[in-house]
Amino acid sequence: MLDASLKKSLEEKALRLRELTILEIAHLGSGHIGGSMSIIEALTYLYYKAMNIDPANPHKEDRDRFVCSKGHAGPAVYATLADKGYFPMDWLNTLNQGGTNLPSHCDMNKTPGIDFTTGSLGQGTSAAVGIALGQRLKGQKAYTYLMIGDGESQEGQVWEAAEAAAQFKLDNLIAFTDLNGQQLDGYTKDIMCMDNLDLRYKGFNWDVQSINGHDFDEIAAAIEHAKSVKGKPHMIILHTIKSKGFAPGEGVKSNHSMAFGIDVANQAIAKLKEEAAK
Amino acid sequence: MRDTSTIKDMREAMVTAIVDLAAEHKDVVLLDADLTSCLASLKFEELYPERFFNCGIAEANMVGISAGLSSMGFTPFAHTFGCFASRRTFDQFFLSVGYAKQVVHLIGTDPGVTAQLNGGTHMPFEDIALMRQVPGVIVIEPSDGQSCYELTLQAYASGKTSYTRIPRKGITHRYPVGTKFTLGKGIELASGKDVAIVATGEVLVNESAKALELLKAQGIDATLIDLHTIKPLDEELLSTIAKRCSKVLVCENGRYAGGVGEAIAAFYAKTNPVKMDFLNVGEQFGEVGKLPYLQGVFGFTADNIARKAALLAR
Repeated sequence: MLDASLKKSLEEKALRLRELTILEIAHLGSGHIGGSMSIIEALTYLYYKAMNIDPANPHKEDRDRFVCSKGHAGPAVYATLADKGYFPMDWLNTLNQGGTNLPSHCDMNKTPGIDFTTGSLGQGTSAAVGIALGQRLKGQKAYTYLMIGDGESQEGQVWEAAEAAAQFKLDNLIAFTDLNGQQLDGYTKDIMCMDNLDLRYKGFNWDVQSINGHDFDEIAAAIEHAKSVKGKPHMIILHTIKSKGFAPGEGVKSNHSMAFGIDVANQAIAKLKEEAAK
Repeated sequence: MRDTSTIKDMREAMVTAIVDLAAEHKDVVLLDADLTSCLASLKFEELYPERFFNCGIAEANMVGISAGLSSMGFTPFAHTFGCFASRRTFDQFFLSVGYAKQVVHLIGTDPGVTAQLNGGTHMPFEDIALMRQVPGVIVIEPSDGQSCYELTLQAYASGKTSYTRIPRKGITHRYPVGTKFTLGKGIELASGKDVAIVATGEVLVNESAKALELLKAQGIDATLIDLHTIKPLDEELLSTIAKRCSKVLVCENGRYAGGVGEAIAAFYAKTNPVKMDFLNVGEQFGEVGKLPYLQGVFGFTADNIARKAALLAR
């Protein structure tokens, strides 16, 4: 169990990152809200507790690295990086505007703190395998964290990367699947069922855990456990809610990308804060 | 400087270059996709086992892993057959390598008809066109062992991503050790005034060299260019030969659409229009057979090159 004050500060941070993400997208008028909101706790724990990083030195050689293979969750990652101080907070208002450093999908050559360019689903998984191999080859005691979508897991490349990570015994690769059960066209169970993900990864000889992706105690324990298992890559399946914390999207089929303005955003944030205060 | 004249085939020329680079540069790593015997990659693995990764039959993943390794400061060379290196990994090569500004040296073996007994499924005619679509990528097709060796060293030194297409079996020893090669600069093998032949790769440079003799017998004095670098185009040399000959035949072991001939035609169209003809596979798919048979099918022979050049010259 996490120390109570740490847990409280993480929860406050997650609330803050949700608020920033909602406002960032509202400022633009539309964006990938659903899959951004579902990974907020994971991002919060990684960037505020787990990862060895230095926002003042984004290219620190032996840092831990994070690959958001579901690159469309860029808005959540940008909110996190801005809050960490990688770049000025007002950049968030430039999301997807011409000439921005914050494009729809994560771009390592534009955004300080982004460790790999993603957007074509599945590709971040192979890149993360290469990064984890590179860390090991350099003798670094560093970890590669990888975020995969459940819809994204329909891509064959995810499984090519999974077999390679196991073959190369990449125990410095800690991957998450954001199992929110939804994809652009609707529910994964109706489109291309992603049941038994845990068994699938076990079959690939990964170390596998399944947790509540919105619970900091569970995230902390899962990462700690992953680090204790040697000789295998790690999959932490995050049971999450797509659009978690953005009420107009929760439970809505078409919440992958939504159009909304500042009024809707402010109402949603007020509701979120009200619930958090309870 | 290494003399490659005793090297037995093109794959050995390539892997010798990679091994020599690895000896000097700790960032050099090699990845293969279950085709280690086809590049003689085992020679590298024996010397640098920790820097060699067999990625299995998963070419797209191999290219993605290469991109990740590049982001960690390594310089990956990655090999598979040309058909898979281009068609099968294109999105990964385009985005994770090209768009992400990573540096990877991709090697596609058995280009065009040199796939021979692997047949039409394994015959890359469109790899040149695909690789030309990736901004900033250097596309290389050496015509002999020494140029393969030297251009591979230069590709590494350029710090840019490259794609090299070479046959794995057989070798031509055209250039002696000490020959000066420059990436991006073609080699003028003959400097005739009546017609210019621009050829890429071992098969077509060899056949074009034989065609020169046939043309000479007809009183036609031809220029021959070994265009070992397809992208960037050697515009200076192309301008020179256009001014001298005003008639240009482009021979390539691949498809016209997006290929070398089309690239050169586009260059001439905006600079110095010349009368042109092209030797390539046109709209055909590949088929199985030994090299002489396939050369016959597609007209990749000295006789046919001489015939086309003579028609152009008249």
